[in-house]
Order: sequence, then structure tokens, then C-alpha cells
Amino acid sequence: MKNVARYHREIPQRYRLEAGKCTNCGYIAFPPRLICPKCKSKKFETIRLSDEGKILTYTIIRVSAEQFSKQTPFAVGIIELNDGVRLTTQIVDTDLNNIEIGKKVKIVFRKVQEDGKAGILCYGYKAVLV
Amino acid sequence: MREVVVIGAGMTKFGELWNKSIRDIFVEAALKAIEDAGVDYIDSMYIGSMSPGLFTEQEHIGALMADYLGITPVPATRVESACASGGAAFRQAFLEVASGASNIVLAGGVEKMTDAEDVTAALATAADQEYEVYQGITFPGLYALIARAHMHQYGTTRKQLAEVAVKNHRNGAKNPNAQFGFEVTLENVVNSTMVADPLRLLDCSPVTDGAAAVIVASAEVAKNIKKDFVRVIASAQASDTIALHSRESFTKLGSVVKAAEKAYRMAGIKPKDVNLVEVHDCFTIAEIVVSEDLGFFEKGKGGEAVEQGLTSIEGGKIPINTSGGLKSKGHPVGATGIAQIIEVYEQLLGKSGARQVKNARIGMTQNMGGSGASCVIHILEVK
Repeated sequence: MKNVARYHREIPQRYRLEAGKCTNCGYIAFPPRLICPKCKSKKFETIRLSDEGKILTYTIIRVSAEQFSKQTPFAVGIIELNDGVRLTTQIVDTDLNNIEIGKKVKIVFRKVQEDGKAGILCYGYKAVLV
Repeated sequence: MREVVVIGAGMTKFGELWNKSIRDIFVEAALKAIEDAGVDYIDSMYIGSMSPGLFTEQEHIGALMADYLGITPVPATRVESACASGGAAFRQAFLEVASGASNIVLAGGVEKMTDAEDVTAALATAADQEYEVYQGITFPGLYALIARAHMHQYGTTRKQLAEVAVKNHRNGAKNPNAQFGFEVTLENVVNSTMVADPLRLLDCSPVTDGAAAVIVASAEVAKNIKKDFVRVIASAQASDTIALHSRESFTKLGSVVKAAEKAYRMAGIKPKDVNLVEVHDCFTIAEIVVSEDLGFFEKGKGGEAVEQGLTSIEGGKIPINTSGGLKSKGHPVGATGIAQIIEVYEQLLGKSGARQVKNARIGMTQNMGGSGASCVIHILEVK
């Protein structure tokens, strides 16, 4: 993540779980989109996603890209939030053996990665078991 | 559309080709294909390559390869659809010949992966960079998410995943171009290093250098050049959401289902008519899921099928990945789709030696990009 503008423009989604809800059919786009993939409407309202959900599937990453090597091994799963939106995120603060499909999680704000010693710190959402 | 045929093929050995550059390997494969076809000109060239920029810091390889092949000013274009780049390049060549715009087109693929600094990060650019990769997911990780869901939903076992690797290495051991042309045992697979649970090292296709090329021509022109060629009776492509998490199902690949429907319709055949198929086994779970989504097995039964030997060369039902697949033959990403075409081309012409499928008349290739966001399918037939 070497470009500040690229990082900055994703902040509403990563820090506050902001999504676009189609005012025509109710589809929730996360991240927001310009056109609804379901009904092709172009009108959205900004909403905040639920911060609670459950694990649909998960893995433990044991070989990572370089910027995650200090965190390895770590768990990543696909979470379905209570409003039906799904996202990919790390599952943290737990013994890796405790993670199971179906377990409930809460979304929290955390540091996700850093761009070397002098680069920007990158924040976003992670999931913890409840 | 005009009838389109494949009249020649050539590829490098797949592996860690430290002494050869990206241009060396592509030109080697292209020259072999041109020689095999016996053509003295080509009208244009498409080259599938996922990321020469990230792997070797070289873009614009269409012109580069035309230059080093000595065929300028022939038009030459790179085609990119992640790991489906090769299949997509072949499809462009097919469409150009079918349309009548060209008579003879070279479709190639190349990837020089061992020149890269961080291969895992380069490959990860085929996923959603901002909403998947940002969180630390890798490609083995994405397919591990699919594997975990498939095991949970259908009871697919760790042993069944391993059976895919064992079979593909058994086939690859008979392929002189394979990167890892040796057999492995179930014990080797289930005891190999964990990469992304439940996938282990021997569930994963390797990092590979390699190139492959075929000559595509109109049937009309081909008749005057060569006696033995194979017809391309279907070319189909489909897309799906870039992020795995955006899909309704993690155990069914929508792009594979859609492209397969179109391909079967175009060819006027059913899955039972296919004599062999090369599928995109970038990870063992991918072969299981794809074998279901192509209609060879009921959903959820792909694991049992490989365990029962139904996908082996002698298995009776449908031989899958007679070349050794990406797993054993190697996976130079952009070259893979073309190498799949070459395996089917050679099988249909009876040139596959120890791994020959008897009486093979119709063969299929299934090439996939990302976690299934792109899928390209071709069906070839010999009369």
C-alpha cells in the first residue's frame, strides 16, 4: 500500500463499514458501486453495515505475502454480517483451533498492515469471536 | 462463422528455467508450433500472459515477441485474464479466424515466474486487491476457503483432495514436459507442509517458467497445408464476481457452469460425449469443484469420483488432466491455457504415448482465472 490517495479513498468502507444501499431494490453493495448488479439502478443511499455476523468458511494462512509475514500464521474467513453482506477478513484474538464454521463474530477496528518502517500504517476491520 | 482448426503445437519444458528469459521461452515454443504446422506465414498473434510486468518488469510483450520471432510487422497483442490468459488468447485467435479476418493465427502463452521478487503477491493481484488481498488472503488461501466450504457442505475428505494430486502426478510422470514428472503417494500429500488449511504444499500447483503456442487456421486453408488437424467445435467464456465472498455459493463456480453451458450448446454435445478434459487444477479442490460444474459428476460427488478412480486414464468415466495438470506439469500462468489445448490436440491425434486415452475423439479444456472470476472453455474434435 504505497499510495496515500489509494488508501485514503477506501477509508469510509474500511474504518466505518459504509456501504451503498440500492434505493430501488434494497441490494447492499460493499464496497459501494455505481450501478446495482441486481436491478441496474444507479441510486444508492449510504448506510453502515451491521458489525455482527457469523463465519461461513475460513482458512489459516501459513505462507503469506511479505507485508504479512510477521503476523503469520493468521486466520482469514468469509463473514456473513447480520444484514446479509459478506466480507473477507482476518479472525483474530483467538487460539486458531477455536475457529469453526457457524461461530458468531463481532467486527472490530484494527491495524491491518504497514508499508515498511517509514510507510503508512493501514487500518481496517477484523473479526473477533463472541 | 468459418470452421476453425488447430494445425500445429509447440511448448517448452515447464520448470525453473533459470538460464532462459521470457523472450527465449516464448520464441522457442512459437518456433516449434510454426514448424509443427508447416506454415510459412501467420496473419497475427495473440499471447496470453498474466503479469509479465510484475514477474519480469516487462510489458508490451506482443511487440517484443513479434520482434524476436522475426515476424514484424505482423500484429501481435497480449491478452490478460489472470490465469485464464492463455485460454483467452486462444479464444481471440479462434474468433479472428472464425470471422474471416485472418486465415492463420498464432495463439501462445508465456509466464516467466522465477524472475519475480514476491510471486505470492504478484499472483494475488488476480483477486480483489482492496477487499480480499488487503486482509492478507493469498491464492492458496482463497481455494482453501472453497475447500473448507466443500468439505463442510458435502463431506469431501482430506484423502479425496490428496487423490487428485496422486492421480495428476501419476499422469505427469508420463509427460516429458512436466515440471514435477514423478509420482507422489497419499502419505506424501497429507504430510506435506501446510500452506493454507486444509491445503498443503502438494495440493498446490507450483511456480513455473514456461511457454506454449498453437497455430489456429481456417479449415479451408488448413486442408492445403496439413493432413492431420483437430477442429475447434466450441469456444466459450464467462465471468463472475472478482471477490469470492460476493458469490451466493463458495462450492459452485458460476463462471464454469455458464461457460460450460454455452460450450456444450455450441458443440451440440453433452458431458457424456467428452472423452478427456484438461481442467484448471491450480489446487486439488479446484479439480473436484470443476469436475462437478462441468457436469461430469453430481454436485458434491467430485471427491468420491477421483477416489474411485473414475477420472484416471483407464478409469472408464472421464480422464481428467492426462497431462499431469497444473499440479504436476507446472503452472506458468499465462501459458497454462495453451498447454491444455496442446494436450487435447495431441491426445486427439493419438500422439500422447504412455498417457494416450484410447479412441479419444472429443476433448475439452477448462481454463480459469482468479478464484473463478474468469473461465474459458474450448471443445476440440477429430474426425
